[in-house]
Amino acid sequence: MYPYVVAGAILFLGVIGIARSRNLVHAVVCLAVAQSGTYVLLLTVGYQRGATAPIFQSAPEKAGYAATLVDPVVQALTLTDIVVSATVTSMLLALAVQIAKRHDTVDPDELRSLRG
Amino acid sequence: MTHDQMANALLPAVVVAPIVVACLLLALGRRLDRPTIDVVAIATSAAVATADGVLLSAAGNHRLVAWLGGWRPQHGASVGIVFVGDQVGVGAALVAGVLMTCALAYSWRYFENIHVNFHALMLLFLAGLTGFSLSGDLFNMFVFFELMGVAAYALTAVKVEDPTAVHGALNFGVINSLGAYISLMGIGMLYAATGQLNLALLSRALTARGPDVLVVVGFVAVATGFLVKAAAVPFHFWLDDAHAVAPTPVCVLFSGIMVELGLYGVARLYWVAFSGTLEAGTIQRLFVVLGVVTAVVGSVMCLLQRHLKRLLAFSTIAHTGMFLIAVGSLNPVATAGTAVYVVGHAAVKSVLFLCAGVLLNRFGSVDEFTLQGKGRDARLTGIVFMLAGLGLAGMPPFAVGLGKVMAEEGVVRAGLWWGPVLFLLVAAATGGAVLRVGARVFLGIGRGPGAEEAGAMSGDEEKRELATGMTRLPVTMGIPLTALLAAGAIVGLLPGFGDQAALAAGRFAGRAGYVAAVLDGTTSYGASPAASAGWSVEGIVLCLASVGAAALVALLGLYGTALPRQILAVLRTARPALHMMRSVHSGHIGDYAAWLLFGVGGIIVLAMLPP
Repeated sequence: MYPYVVAGAILFLGVIGIARSRNLVHAVVCLAVAQSGTYVLLLTVGYQRGATAPIFQSAPEKAGYAATLVDPVVQALTLTDIVVSATVTSMLLALAVQIAKRHDTVDPDELRSLRG
Repeated sequence: MTHDQMANALLPAVVVAPIVVACLLLALGRRLDRPTIDVVAIATSAAVATADGVLLSAAGNHRLVAWLGGWRPQHGASVGIVFVGDQVGVGAALVAGVLMTCALAYSWRYFENIHVNFHALMLLFLAGLTGFSLSGDLFNMFVFFELMGVAAYALTAVKVEDPTAVHGALNFGVINSLGAYISLMGIGMLYAATGQLNLALLSRALTARGPDVLVVVGFVAVATGFLVKAAAVPFHFWLDDAHAVAPTPVCVLFSGIMVELGLYGVARLYWVAFSGTLEAGTIQRLFVVLGVVTAVVGSVMCLLQRHLKRLLAFSTIAHTGMFLIAVGSLNPVATAGTAVYVVGHAAVKSVLFLCAGVLLNRFGSVDEFTLQGKGRDARLTGIVFMLAGLGLAGMPPFAVGLGKVMAEEGVVRAGLWWGPVLFLLVAAATGGAVLRVGARVFLGIGRGPGAEEAGAMSGDEEKRELATGMTRLPVTMGIPLTALLAAGAIVGLLPGFGDQAALAAGRFAGRAGYVAAVLDGTTSYGASPAASAGWSVEGIVLCLASVGAAALVALLGLYGTALPRQILAVLRTARPALHMMRSVHSGHIGDYAAWLLFGVGGIIVLAMLPP
């Protein structure tokens, strides 16, 4: 239960950070914080106390430690997730730079171009 | 080639081919001239659409299943990637392919200052849309969801020098990414509960496990991400911002298929994985409530706009509300109606966006009042625009009308007797708003802006894509316009199209068949009761009524300020409510994030409340 609460709390804090943000760069970083909640969740789902990393040279059944490996699937998912995060964050930061150039501000409160 | 080999080759090819061509274009782009790039991009997209068409005809006989690299499940566990094609999924991919081909053809003469980046992004976007439609496991749905997302954010901001475009793209990116992460949380929870990511294996595991809190919250979280894409209120704020600022050919894909794919994702997830686990009544209540709110907010906001593309964006939101109600009624005929509706909507909405692009390039504005009377000599564009407006309101024989007739029949069968009334009102409001703009721009009739319109976001800020205004309609822009409009009408007249859609919807909702096809290789659909659905007399009467109501709405919009003073005084009492609704759409990223949080809470409550 505990890891779910931690993961949920990180996501929640990230969203709150975006909601209260006064700077778009800060908002984009808050988005990355929200995403780290998903890393925590995915990694805890696959974690087993005392288990080793899922790296082996021969088939795990032969080596005899099949029962004590952490789940490699979620680790692969986390890696994919990190790649997605890098793409999205860099893209949004580039947009924040463009907004700073075109609007002379990065404060969401002062961006008034899309109302009503 | 046998059926299996074809599915195995073509299903991955329609996703891989656009990605490979996009990478090649990016690598070689600087050495190629613009016409070559255009031809390569259009040819790729047309080839994908053709392959989708072949797959669609094959999917009429069997479910198509392709395990990439032959990594089939062993001992009830799977790490392989599977693509599954049934008529609804492949149909969605086909719509994406056709719209992409039209959008790229239209872009040829529409843009002056774009180069290979635009074409590569469009092809990556196509790969994301197609992959999402065909994906048979949760994590790949997330990956393709993000692929189409990232391509879409970049395409929204293709005009980086336009201040509104970068602002809209950032709002779009942040809100959609948040939705995707909430989805991923849900995927993690479902994996924790069952140890499966493959939809078919997940379905088996969930049916054995039964509903508990973890499963319900997991479903809600995954569905939330897809609902953000589907622009359900209160997750819809990104849509009107992104549509108002994105280049016109991109809007065609956003409104025509991307938003609808969000809904497709929710429906696929529910029918395949959860229909044996979650209680149907709760799900029905959840989607119907969301749908009604979405339809009402979309319709009202649509009527309040003067920025043509923003108006069309809110009309898409209103239609999403109808789709949510029809799909959420969980009735197969209503689902079939939604599929037909989506096809028809894609055709006419795309035509309307393309017309908006023609107006922008010619007059440098998409504002209803700035353009008043300017389009008098643009006869072809005017006629096409008005016909598409009538089509949007449900005029027979457009496929929108056929979808509306079937969806109405389905929701009434599911016990939502008020469904047809709401559908009529939404069709009248959205169609009426479009006809109002058309009459003002192309006929030059109507009065000037009232107090309410004067405060709306103006359409004059949008930058045109050409250095000099365009005077004649180039043939590469005229063909997509007329072809899409004709397609919208022809699909509605195809004999037996309604029956086929009803059959396809029944198969789409068949959990056991999907699971057996993916896991056991029994891909035949099995005997299903002969379904009959299509135009009906009552349906056509309702459609004509909504067209009439739309005309009335348009007239009110044109001459509303001439109404007697007493009536205006009564109408004025609604102004504070309208003003509040308008001010909620603030363009402020913090507000949108807060609404998202509120929406997630609301959905969890709706899903947990006892029926």
